[in-house]
Amino acid sequence: MTQYIIKRLLLAVLVLWIVSVIVFSAVRVIPGDICKIVTAAPDVDAKQCASIKHGLGLDKPVVTQYLSYMGGIFHGDFGTALISKRKVWPEIRTRIPLTLELSLIATIFAMALALPIGIISAVKRDGPADYGLRLLTIGWLSIPGFWLGTMLIIYPAKWWGYSPPPGYTDIWNDPLKNLQQLYLPAIALGLALSASLARITRSSMLEVLRQDYVRTARAKGLVGRVVVTRHALKNAMIPVITLFAVQFGFLLGGTVVLESIFSLPGLGLLTLSSVLIKDYPVVQGLVLFFAIVLILINLLVDISYAWFDPRIRYA
Amino acid sequence: MTTTTIAQPPMAPSALTERRNLWRGLWRFTARRPVGAAAGLICILLIFVAIFAHQLAPSAPDALFPTAKLKPPSAAHPFGTDNLFRDMFSRILIGSQISLGVGFASVFVGTLLGTLFGLVGGYARGWADMAINRVIDTVMAFPPLVLAIFFLSIFHATFFTVSMAIGIIIAPVTARIVRGAVLSVVNLQYIEAARALGSSHTRLMFRHVLPNVSAPIIVIASIQIGNAILAEAALSFLSLGIATDAHPSWGKMLQDSRSVWEQAWWTAVIPGVAISIAVLAFNMFGDALRDALDPRLRGS
Repeated sequence: MTQYIIKRLLLAVLVLWIVSVIVFSAVRVIPGDICKIVTAAPDVDAKQCASIKHGLGLDKPVVTQYLSYMGGIFHGDFGTALISKRKVWPEIRTRIPLTLELSLIATIFAMALALPIGIISAVKRDGPADYGLRLLTIGWLSIPGFWLGTMLIIYPAKWWGYSPPPGYTDIWNDPLKNLQQLYLPAIALGLALSASLARITRSSMLEVLRQDYVRTARAKGLVGRVVVTRHALKNAMIPVITLFAVQFGFLLGGTVVLESIFSLPGLGLLTLSSVLIKDYPVVQGLVLFFAIVLILINLLVDISYAWFDPRIRYA
Repeated sequence: MTTTTIAQPPMAPSALTERRNLWRGLWRFTARRPVGAAAGLICILLIFVAIFAHQLAPSAPDALFPTAKLKPPSAAHPFGTDNLFRDMFSRILIGSQISLGVGFASVFVGTLLGTLFGLVGGYARGWADMAINRVIDTVMAFPPLVLAIFFLSIFHATFFTVSMAIGIIIAPVTARIVRGAVLSVVNLQYIEAARALGSSHTRLMFRHVLPNVSAPIIVIASIQIGNAILAEAALSFLSLGIATDAHPSWGKMLQDSRSVWEQAWWTAVIPGVAISIAVLAFNMFGDALRDALDPRLRGS
C-alpha cells in the first residue's frame, strides 16, 4: 500500500513538474512581438515595452527566469498581474471559494441525478424505462452548458418573472442568498456530468448484477432493493469514481463559461478576462493552479481505489 | 517483399463483392439500429448543408435587411432576424461550416496524434510507453477547456490553431484506447508470424497492428465529433473562435445576441438548438456505431 502511494506520488510530482515547464515555456513561444500582443497596439514605445518584459520576467537570461519562477511557486508567489499590478496568488485565492462551491453544488446535483437514473436503467434493463432514460441522458450530453445557462436565465424571468438575486454574495454573509445565486449555474454545469455519470453507473451496475455473489444474495432471499443498494452499488462505484475524476476537469472548464454568463467573480471568469486582455502572469498562474487541483484529485482517486479494492494495490 | 502476403487473406476480394458487402453491412446496421441509422442520416444531411451552405442560404450571412430588426420567425425569415438586421436562417446555415469543419478537423488531428502515441506506446512498451504515458498524463492534468483557452491565448485563432487546440484535448482519450487495443493484439500469433518473416517494426505497427485496431479508432473518433462540436461552440461563445460577421458560428451567434436574449427568444433558442441537434445526431450515430463495431467499448 505504502509503496503504491509513493509511486503514485512520485508520478504526480513528475507530471506537475512537466506542467510547470509547459506553463513557463508557453509565454516564451508566443509568436510575434509580445509587447504588441499585450497592449494590442501597433506601436509600443520602448519604455512601456521594457516594463511589460520586466513584468513577464523576460528581461533576464532564461535560466534565471526559470529558477526565479520555480522558486516563486514554492513560496506561493505566482508573479504580478501585468495590468492591475496586483499579486496573482491573492487574486486567485480570493476567488477559490466561489468556484469550489459552484463545482461542489454541481457535483452533488449531478450525483443525485445520475445514481438513481443509472440504477433504475440497469435494473430495468431493456425495458421502456431504460430506453427512456438512456435517450434522456444522451440528450443531456448534447446540450451545451452555456446554452442551458442562457435558457435558465431567460425563461424563468419570462414565464414567472423569477430571477435570482443579482451579483454574488459570500456564503458566510447570507447563505440563502448565496445558494439562490449559485443553483442555476450549478444545474447548467452539472447536467452534462450527470448524464455521463448515469451512463457509466448503468453499465457498471449491469456488470456487477451479473456476478455470482449477487445471485447468491438473491438466492438467500434478500429483497431486490437490498441486493441492489447494499451489495451491488458499492462494487459498481469504482468506474463511476474514475469517470468522475476524468470529468471533473470538464466541470472546471465549464466554470469558465458559466461564471461568465452568470457574472460570478470566480476563477473561471478571471481566466476568461485575463485571456482576453492577455494578462499572461494571471493566465499562467490560473492554468498552473487548475492543473495542480486536477492532479491532486486524480492522486486522491488513485489512492482511494487501493483503499477500496485491495486487488489494485498489487496490480 | 513477397513473403508478407502470407499474413494477408489468400485471395483479395474483388471490388464487386466488397461493394456488395458494404451495402449489406449498411442494410444490417439500419435494420438493427434504426435510431442510429436515422441519426446517421441527419449527420449526412448536416454535412451536406455545411458543404453547400453558400448555395442553400437565401442571403449572405452579413446581408442587411433595413426594415427587419429583431423580427420573429416568418415566411420571409424562417428563423427571424437579429439585432443587426441580418437573416438568422442564412447565418445558421453558414454557421454549420465552422461548427462541423472545426469539429471534423479537430477530431482528425486528435485521432492522428492519439493513434500515433497509442500505437507506439502499446507496441514498443518499455521506456517509450512510459514517456508517452507521462505525456498523456500531462495533457490530462489540464482541464480540457482551460487547456484549449490557454493554447488560444498563445496562438492567434485560425482554423488550424482552433482545431489543434481541440485536437490536443481529444488526443489523450484516443491514445489510451488505442494503446489498450494494441496491447490486446500485439501478442497474437499472426504478429509473431509477421515478425518471424522479418517485417520491420514500422511495417508491423502500421501494416499488421493498426488495421486490427481500426474498429475502436473509428468508434472513438465518431463519438468525439459531438464533443469537438461542443468545444468549438464553447470557444466561439467565449469569443475565442474564428467566427466573423461574414462567417458566423453557432456559438458566436449566441454570444452576439446576448444583449437581446430576453426580448427576442429566437436569437437565444435557435443557435442552441442547432448545436444540440448536431451534437445529438453525432453522439447517437457514434453510439450505434460503437455497439455495432466494438461491443467491448460499450459504456465508455
